Amino acid sequence: MGDLDLVTFLLALLAGAVRVGTPFLFVSLGECLTEKSGRINLGLEGILVAGAMTGYAVAYLSGSAWTGVLAAGGAGLLLGLLHGIVCSLPRVNDIAFGIALMLLGTGLAFFLGKAFIQPQAPMLPSISLGAWSDDGRVRSALNINMLFFIGVALAIFLHWGLRSTRWGLVLRLVGDHSESAQALGYRPLRVRVMATAVGGFLAGVGGSYLSLYYPGSWNEGLSSGQGLMAVALVIFARWQPLNCLWASMVFGAAGAIGPALQSVGISSGYYLYSAAPYILTMAVMLATCRPNRTLTGAPGELSLNR
Amino acid sequence: MRALSLEIIGASKSFGSFQALAEVSLTVRAGTVHALLGENGAGKSTLVKGIVGYGPLDDGELLVNNRQQQIRTPRDSHALGIGMVYQHFTVAPGLSVAENLVLSRGDLNWRIDWPLERKRLNEFMQRMPFRLDIERPVSSLAAGEKQKLEILKQLYLDRHLIILDEPTSVLTPQEAEEVLGLMRDMAHKGDISVLMITHKFGEVSRFADDVSVLRKGRLVGSTQVSATSQEELATWMMGAAESAADPVSQKPVDPSAAPRLDVRELSVANDKGTLAVSKLSLAVRPGEIVGIAGISGNGQRELTEALLGQRQSASGEIRINGARYQASRREMQREKVFSLPEEPLRNACIAGMSVADNLALRNFDQPPLCRQGWLINRRAIQTQATALIQQFNVRPADPLRPIGTLSGGNVQRAVLARELTDDVRTLIVSNPVFGLDFASVAIIHQRLRDARAQGAAVLLLSEDLDELLEMSDRILVIHEGEINFEVAADQADRATLGHYMAGGGHEDQRAAGAA
Repeated sequence: MGDLDLVTFLLALLAGAVRVGTPFLFVSLGECLTEKSGRINLGLEGILVAGAMTGYAVAYLSGSAWTGVLAAGGAGLLLGLLHGIVCSLPRVNDIAFGIALMLLGTGLAFFLGKAFIQPQAPMLPSISLGAWSDDGRVRSALNINMLFFIGVALAIFLHWGLRSTRWGLVLRLVGDHSESAQALGYRPLRVRVMATAVGGFLAGVGGSYLSLYYPGSWNEGLSSGQGLMAVALVIFARWQPLNCLWASMVFGAAGAIGPALQSVGISSGYYLYSAAPYILTMAVMLATCRPNRTLTGAPGELSLNR
Repeated sequence: MRALSLEIIGASKSFGSFQALAEVSLTVRAGTVHALLGENGAGKSTLVKGIVGYGPLDDGELLVNNRQQQIRTPRDSHALGIGMVYQHFTVAPGLSVAENLVLSRGDLNWRIDWPLERKRLNEFMQRMPFRLDIERPVSSLAAGEKQKLEILKQLYLDRHLIILDEPTSVLTPQEAEEVLGLMRDMAHKGDISVLMITHKFGEVSRFADDVSVLRKGRLVGSTQVSATSQEELATWMMGAAESAADPVSQKPVDPSAAPRLDVRELSVANDKGTLAVSKLSLAVRPGEIVGIAGISGNGQRELTEALLGQRQSASGEIRINGARYQASRREMQREKVFSLPEEPLRNACIAGMSVADNLALRNFDQPPLCRQGWLINRRAIQTQATALIQQFNVRPADPLRPIGTLSGGNVQRAVLARELTDDVRTLIVSNPVFGLDFASVAIIHQRLRDARAQGAAVLLLSEDLDELLEMSDRILVIHEGEINFEVAADQADRATLGHYMAGGGHEDQRAAGAA
């Protein structure tokens, strides 16, 4: 690989990190918020797919991509709310119900989404930051979707909000030590339901990015497990929103290795490289999780710690 | 004076047909420390829960600063300036000191102005007799510091009558001394009044002005501390008939005898992966009880788990009768190693299985309970259970009941029945009487002495110094995973043990113990 090829490869990787990483960012921020309240929502994968379908369908029907994004968030909010409420019932395990919700979300999306596989919905706009450059590769790498910037702002906002707002503190308190929260008169269940619902909203928005920007169509093979990998990603990010941003970029870059290699003419092993995010997920789990240890920084009320 | 006075008149409360409190009246004078003494189940907690509003009293009047008040919910008591510090910490370990304090206030704005809050908290800390760094995460605080944080929280919330529920149960003697001393000084300055639940006479005589004693829900006596004696308080507390029997004198074990249980340079990691036990060595000979004293969280849990086979050790070895011991089932059965772990429902029982099945956990795979090495004889399990239940007085006497539905004392008795009926050669015991009533404690202690008399080597880990001093032949002190002191029990005194429990004297190691 020559110098020029290396630059092309790195640019493609960078562009891929942003392009592939954005849905990771939204889903992981949603999962981070949910887990900070002391619950795990494995159903985010189902919410992601349901969001992708809803977003695409509503964008097609209304003619506006942004309406689609909001509708996708709304669908995610409802499914998240369902998870939050059902898991507040006595003796309901959040992990088991999360798996049920994952299947429900994808099933519903496939069933309701059949009609929208063919038509073309309006796509989300992107911002061109590369106009200053004559280099086509730079221009295409800096062609970045609006949702990415919203996601970055959200990560910064959550980072600040978890420390410096009443809601953030109460959320962390509830997720860390339910009994203290109760002793102070807060209602842990209510906080968790809200956190899970908002987490669902974010995952839904992440889904709409898949169908309305990249890859940019609705079909049943749209998601490749981003919702599930987000759980690993949040652990990797040690439950910090800003770390979720970096981790999403890393996972995105891993997912973009194949296309990036292709852009410099290496196409052998393309499918092998597509497995990079999954291998990364396993590597992260292997490196951070041990049977006889608890993780530092993990919210104390998570069922994985109790 | 900002301290509140509290008068309780005729407080009564029943749970069903059980009268937990009957006509209790007492007065906490403003600016004093009032101790509330009593055995487990004497009604102390019921009374203070009534005062704070967590479990309203059935009957009785409360006068705060000589004015009658209705307290139905915790909110009512907080509004009056009454606050309570619980035995178990109610601070969130994942948050910082500042965050915990700010959160405890009910009137937060949506946005927290940290620079302003920090300035205010630092000013508040300056006014306090003891301080904590507000930036520290609570998980990094020692038990004594967490207790201080609980008290600071009450002061931060402007409470002027503070109820302490066994405040020193998780502290070293030195920490206890410091915290209680500070509380007493603040009371005598007129800032606060203190009502303190305890069962330690020493704390009453050194820190309290007045003392009230409850027994079986009734007030036995209420007086100034200076007008009474420990002997009088003990008879009030236990009733004259129940005063403790003399410990059976025990002939010392030959110190040159070969150890039964021999732990050599054992290191064990905790859940976070750091070493909780580091290069710890100890030896227990047949016919002796070796006590391990230490503040909770200094590696006792990890050490017990390693000895019982629940946790892998990082390095070092455990030997029993000179042979390497890996805590496999075969080794346990061959060497007759038994255990009474703490929290028996978690560590020694399967809560959802019946009492009979739990009683058979040690021997269900051996004849006569098991034929041809695979076929379980249910009837034999039942018969064994019925006999053990009767012998150890487990209530209710139903072998088919899930063991998780029994009370703590009965679970512990069932475990005792399983672990101590066979010929015991090595016994590992951890906080065996935690949370049990007087009668159960006496039975368990007697069984441990019996095991020793029959030649068992007993290792007793306990957070209760009284228990260790009463039961052990030798006492070792564990601090941060190392044994830093060893002494014969009859030469041990609390002050020295406390000094080492707090981490003193790593330099003079075992020299002091050997001398």
